[in-house]
Amino acid sequence: MSIRHGLLALLDQGPRYGYQLRTEFEARTGATWPLNVGQVYTTLGRLERDGLVAPHGEDAEGHVYYAVTEQGRAELRNWFDTPVPRTNPPRDELAIKLAMAVTVPGVDVEAVVQGQRRHSMKALQDYTRLKGQALTAERDGRSDLAWLLVLEQLIFQTEAEIRWLDHCETRIAQYRPAPVSAPEPAPPPAPAPAASAAETPRARRRSRF
Amino acid sequence: MTTQQVRSGTDAVLHLENITRVHGHGAAEVHALRGVDLKVHPGELVAVMGPSGSGKSTLLTLAGGLDSPTTGRVLVEGQSLGDLSRKQQAQIRRRAIGYVFQDYNLIPALTAAENIALPRELDGVSTRAARREAYAALTELGIEELADRFPDDMSGGQQQRVAIARALIGERRLVLADEPTGALDSTTGEAVLSVLRARCDAGAAAMLVTHEARHAAWADRVVFIRDGRVVDESVSRDAASLLVSAATNSTGPVAE
Repeated sequence: MSIRHGLLALLDQGPRYGYQLRTEFEARTGATWPLNVGQVYTTLGRLERDGLVAPHGEDAEGHVYYAVTEQGRAELRNWFDTPVPRTNPPRDELAIKLAMAVTVPGVDVEAVVQGQRRHSMKALQDYTRLKGQALTAERDGRSDLAWLLVLEQLIFQTEAEIRWLDHCETRIAQYRPAPVSAPEPAPPPAPAPAASAAETPRARRRSRF
Repeated sequence: MTTQQVRSGTDAVLHLENITRVHGHGAAEVHALRGVDLKVHPGELVAVMGPSGSGKSTLLTLAGGLDSPTTGRVLVEGQSLGDLSRKQQAQIRRRAIGYVFQDYNLIPALTAAENIALPRELDGVSTRAARREAYAALTELGIEELADRFPDDMSGGQQQRVAIARALIGERRLVLADEPTGALDSTTGEAVLSVLRARCDAGAAAMLVTHEARHAAWADRVVFIRDGRVVDESVSRDAASLLVSAATNSTGPVAE
């Protein structure tokens, strides 16, 4: 998540002070990625060091305002124009856990899969409820497109994870280790789920957006 | 367990009481359900998820009185379907239960509005009143323009929505749906589920069979079924507590 570019995007709409930036950032994303004020000031400090923002005076209450510079504006345009890189998939704890579970003796892999599926399903139910509320708000003329999009991203991602878990369950159930001398050996146990972990959710995410 | 705690004090609209269903005999015996106990309460939307062949569709046909369990009882509003005459069973199916079939089951010689009104007319409601209710159901699903069309002139998705309107007409207290969003694109499917959700919020009970997690997520409770048994379930937090967490959000809905 790029707090840096998020703050630049907010400052592009006019000078703001730290606490205000935090509130607006959280409002756009429904507080999905909560920020603390410390993070905001650290990031502002780095943006200032890099010449992307500059202090823009103080108000009567002592709030220090920041404004985006020309260079900052260019950086922001560049951010919007460049796709978010997918070439180095972020480390996924669940994929690592399953890759380990299928290789470590004595682990009940089915239970690991089902435990995760229940947990993710509950999250998906909760997001869906929030989405239902967001859609009702929209019908009442209180639309919040930014929040709805963030929420739907969580929904699609969680759904992809559950589909992947369903797939893992079938894959594991069908898996028969190949005899050593087999002419066409099946893939060894460990890399199989790990490889699909790296590829599948990413491919789905890409196809959905 | 959690649901029992949350919903204690309310009588179940549907109770599948320790049911089994065996197809065939001897060596060819297939155990579709191996002892399932499941309750659906007023206001509750329950989704049943499982791979093909897990028994989820069998569960729904038993709940709708379209098939009988090998052992165990199916209770609809406290009445055991097995204890009723065929005539009484048919009456419960018409009045209390709305059923959405995977393949729609619309009557080709009737228009959409006539298809929807049919169960009400069979129940003795006047044609005019039944027609009025049919139009209300069509409006609820946003498909008024299909009222006078015949099933053959409709797309699969349109037929699906007519079938759903037919299941919702009148004061149905139990709605059973087998993959009701199968033929629909994602926004239309979502619209249908939000209609179902609204019905449950207004007090109906519903059971939805699906393999799509995104659709099951509209449910209060998701029941996972494997090989004829309920293996697990996931219960959503109530909306009130979600609102609090969304409003005060220091941890955020994602943090856990």
